[in-house]
Amino acid sequence: MRLAGRGLYAGARPVAFRFDGATLRGVEGDTLASALLAEGVRLVGRSFKYHRPRGILSAGPEEPNALVTVEGVPNTRATVQEIWEGMEARSQNARPSLSFDWMAMNDRLSAFLGAGFYYKTFMWPRSFWERVYEPFIRRAAGLGALTGLPDGAPFEKAWAFCDLLVIGAGPAGLAAALAAGRAGADVILADEGPRMGGRLLAEWDRVGGEAPHLWAEAVLAELASMPNVRLMPRTTVTAAHDGRMFAALERVGLHRAPVPDLPLECFWRIHARHAILASGAIERPMVFPGNDRPGVMLAGAVRAYLNHWGVAAGKRVAVYGAHDDIHRTARDLRAAGIEVAAVIDARREAAVPDRADWPVILGGRVTGTRGRLGLRRVVVEAAGERRVIEADALALAGGWTPSVHLACHLGARPRWDEGRGAFLAPPGAVPWMEVAGAAAGETSTAACLRSGLAAAGAALEALGRGPARLDLPDAEDGAGAPAPFVIVPGSKAFVDFQNDVTVKDIRLAAQEGFVAAEHMKRYTTHGMATDQGKTGGVLGLAVLAEALGQPVDAAGTTTFRPPYTPVSIAAMGAGGEGHGFAPRRLPTSHAAAVARGAPVVEAGLWYRPLFFPISGETHWRESCDREVLTVRGRVGVCDVSTLGKIDVQGPDAAALLDFVYSNTMSSLPVGRVRYGLMLREDGHVMDDGTCARLGEGHFVVTTTTAAAGQVMRHMDWAAQVLRPDLDVQLLSATEEWAQFAVAGPLARDLAASVVEADLSDAALPFMGCVAAPVMGVPGRVFRISFSGELGFEIAVPARFGASLWRLLVAQAESLGGGPYGLEALNVLRIEKGFLTHAELHGRTTAFDLGLERMVAKGKDCIGWAASRRPGLLEEERERLVGLRPLAPEAPVTAGAHLYRRDDPATRENGQGYVTSACWSPVLRTHLGLAFLRRGPQRHGEVVRLVDGLRGHETLCEVVPPAFYDPEGGRMRG
Amino acid sequence: MARLIATSPFEGLDLPLEGGGATLRAAGPGPVWSIAPFRGREAAVARDLGGVALPEPGRSVAWGEGRLLWSGPGRALLVGADPPAGLSAHAALVAQGDGIACAVLEGPGARAVLARLVPLDLREGVFGVGATARTLLVHMPVQITRIASAAWEIMAMRSMAGTLVEEVRRAMRHVGARTRA
Repeated sequence: MRLAGRGLYAGARPVAFRFDGATLRGVEGDTLASALLAEGVRLVGRSFKYHRPRGILSAGPEEPNALVTVEGVPNTRATVQEIWEGMEARSQNARPSLSFDWMAMNDRLSAFLGAGFYYKTFMWPRSFWERVYEPFIRRAAGLGALTGLPDGAPFEKAWAFCDLLVIGAGPAGLAAALAAGRAGADVILADEGPRMGGRLLAEWDRVGGEAPHLWAEAVLAELASMPNVRLMPRTTVTAAHDGRMFAALERVGLHRAPVPDLPLECFWRIHARHAILASGAIERPMVFPGNDRPGVMLAGAVRAYLNHWGVAAGKRVAVYGAHDDIHRTARDLRAAGIEVAAVIDARREAAVPDRADWPVILGGRVTGTRGRLGLRRVVVEAAGERRVIEADALALAGGWTPSVHLACHLGARPRWDEGRGAFLAPPGAVPWMEVAGAAAGETSTAACLRSGLAAAGAALEALGRGPARLDLPDAEDGAGAPAPFVIVPGSKAFVDFQNDVTVKDIRLAAQEGFVAAEHMKRYTTHGMATDQGKTGGVLGLAVLAEALGQPVDAAGTTTFRPPYTPVSIAAMGAGGEGHGFAPRRLPTSHAAAVARGAPVVEAGLWYRPLFFPISGETHWRESCDREVLTVRGRVGVCDVSTLGKIDVQGPDAAALLDFVYSNTMSSLPVGRVRYGLMLREDGHVMDDGTCARLGEGHFVVTTTTAAAGQVMRHMDWAAQVLRPDLDVQLLSATEEWAQFAVAGPLARDLAASVVEADLSDAALPFMGCVAAPVMGVPGRVFRISFSGELGFEIAVPARFGASLWRLLVAQAESLGGGPYGLEALNVLRIEKGFLTHAELHGRTTAFDLGLERMVAKGKDCIGWAASRRPGLLEEERERLVGLRPLAPEAPVTAGAHLYRRDDPATRENGQGYVTSACWSPVLRTHLGLAFLRRGPQRHGEVVRLVDGLRGHETLCEVVPPAFYDPEGGRMRG
Repeated sequence: MARLIATSPFEGLDLPLEGGGATLRAAGPGPVWSIAPFRGREAAVARDLGGVALPEPGRSVAWGEGRLLWSGPGRALLVGADPPAGLSAHAALVAQGDGIACAVLEGPGARAVLARLVPLDLREGVFGVGATARTLLVHMPVQITRIASAAWEIMAMRSMAGTLVEEVRRAMRHVGARTRA
């Protein structure tokens, strides 16, 4: 019910929205909760387990009950969501409808559905758990559901930095931010609400002689005018991390009609040299049977709806609590003309204010409520007498729980403070954080203002600034005794509303031996819902303590972990969808390759062409076979720029390379290239590649595409940590050079058409390199081959890469050649028995690869000692072989396992596995590279290849791994 | 005789790009060299550089027509000039200009755009004009230098130029939408 002329939004623009299909009206400034209450909607959702009707409990982020789906976003707290014109909200977890939910039979069965019921009940038959019980339970229990569709809405992530982060803009936070801002510190003031002011917006006890929200507005105006202060409304600081980092979630577009490109949320990472936690306190409900009925609400929320939004929680309101705030609620209701049915004070002896012109029941206990879908009557017992009070709303004032979550994110446990009746963060819980205001256990506005100013002083001192000066306004300064815990047991006395945990459940946990807070939590699911037990957490400890007859803090506390409130994955992962997952590295030939219709594949982060189809080709194998035959018969061009290039310079460059390569590089003459192998410290092969000596103290190391970063890191580690004695510098030059392989019998003709140098065998022999102009540009030419054909790799500065690629391809075509892609490259190297990371997969040694002679004996290198371990040199090891199927057209498949011809294909009989396979258009047969026990000794043997995954089996002859031109005459020239 | 044609790393990427009160434009920094002095040769390197020492961490200094940017412990990038003859006797010199995609992000909204991309404290007192940092732009290694009060030079890997533009475009759209909203 909206009260004319009350609240801060009187006269604000009307806003129409929809709830469960019905069009409702609120005003600008309304939350969904305040608008629903204004329209008289009390039933908002169904509970998680028992499907009990639920309404709105709170007026803030702690809301456990009023969770709705807004525009497809499930579990949105109605108390946080602002309404906007045309907004569509739906209730959750009710079938078929909110007012009639057949799953509410769970409520009737509640005697059987207590904590842990399914662990005990659904034990048999075993197979039923996954197929029957669990799907049923999951369907019955739950909150909102995701659409299952990709979320196309924009989200963003951002960084912010400040001297001081003030978390919460209530009286303490405002005082702190103002004092720090005036002292010149860079301040970020973040508040979860759309309008800053905290409880100053919800109460009307005067501050500085005026309405509290006016004082807040004046402070905010001054803060907004300071260039060193940044106000971040709608921003919930969700986590305090190591290194003074904070996470925060900002609602950017969730509170308004969609705007193109406007993110729904922004996930902030804020670095603050110091922080002040002024996050306030959360009111506790009272525990009694039926305390979850729609219309039962926190007293502070009743006042907030009344004073902030001008909305009455009911027409006739009862108040129940155990501290002096109960009368403040009654006072505000009366002032607004709302009937106060009764103030039920759980304390037997308590002062009643003189001006109280409402019925007061001292020593009263609420023992039940009535009303199917909303509160109608409250049952009260006092002095042995049972009374039924007509009321459509019941305000609960169970005391305040300081929001110390963020102060405990680094591992501190809150401590019970008997004087304040609250768990407080221990001093220094986060060394760079002060806790102020209600979060520090203060209860009056004046005390919060003082506390905020004191925190600012401490923070400014830590920042080397100061002092904090502020004339604090006069404000309400009454601090009553803290509220005792009053638990009225019985059926459906809820402690955790969101997970439907009752007093009975917690007592059962205690009875079954789960007597520590952490165990009780796990047994009952208390505090494990999306609200993380904000309202009921401490109550649960109190119920447990009472059951065990011990003080409230004896069972310990549960752990506060980030995030403080739910953070959508979309916000945390903003920008990571699609290609945002990783950068795309495109070689200089990319545009030309794509223009030719070449499909590209990711290799490392690079995108490389697979093959270059020509008209009439419908299958990749046709293109691949053609490209292989072109290289073997004419000439092909392939972009190999993606291989890592590490420039090694210095007086000790050769010494470092001898240390990182298993073979010797110091003996390499200038102008020559050598194939090299790098081992890991454990003696296994890490990577292979070529190493070219460009000068006495100047080498260029080539790595495989995927391992470039790993090899760079490995060499940096070796140079900086293992061999700091060596004077050598390592710098990546991968991106500087565009490099193209030219391979085939006509490779020299093609290379000579662009390189201005003598490329004859005499001038540039196999494994030679030379710096030479390439069409007027200083380039490099390497006489190396990964195809087994006469080959050159021509490198030019990358800005000329696109141009050189197109020219080389055109020249190749006039020689009857053309470009070739990764598929052909792979076939060419398998035919030659050359290796890639299919073979260098991390578990193979030089011995396994038949390269044991590349582990030089006369020097030390990384992995040398480990590679000599007997187990790594055993004849029984699986070692590299070639496979040739007996029937040439029978495929060899990578990943298949090998067995003796007559052995059953079982794990015990495994002899090895296939790592690479292809169809060789030159040899007209399928081929494979494999690792086979005692492989080199079994050439000529026929083994059985079984591919369990593809359901394929064939017989293969074991052969040496080099199938084509094993002597290497074609590439050596 | 035919000659090779140079192409910009941003070829086909439609720069300059505008949005969110900022502009991203391609910059041709000229030659870029990594300079990494050999052991104990820092003084000789400074002498060869005409008395200019390699910049302190996070700093850049003018050098002739060009600039020296700190680029890691004991290292610098020489931008916009070729190193003096003889320097290679005292330091590893590696050409890097072709491997770099260099762009400038500038304008009143540039800082807000950058705040969505890099984990750098861009406040004037922390990262003023002349400050440089090797950092990550989303997932991309970059070197960022503040070249004016509201202008930052971004050096990324050449192969990642497309991703750089995409990331900046996205951030610009988001910043722009906030301004409009």
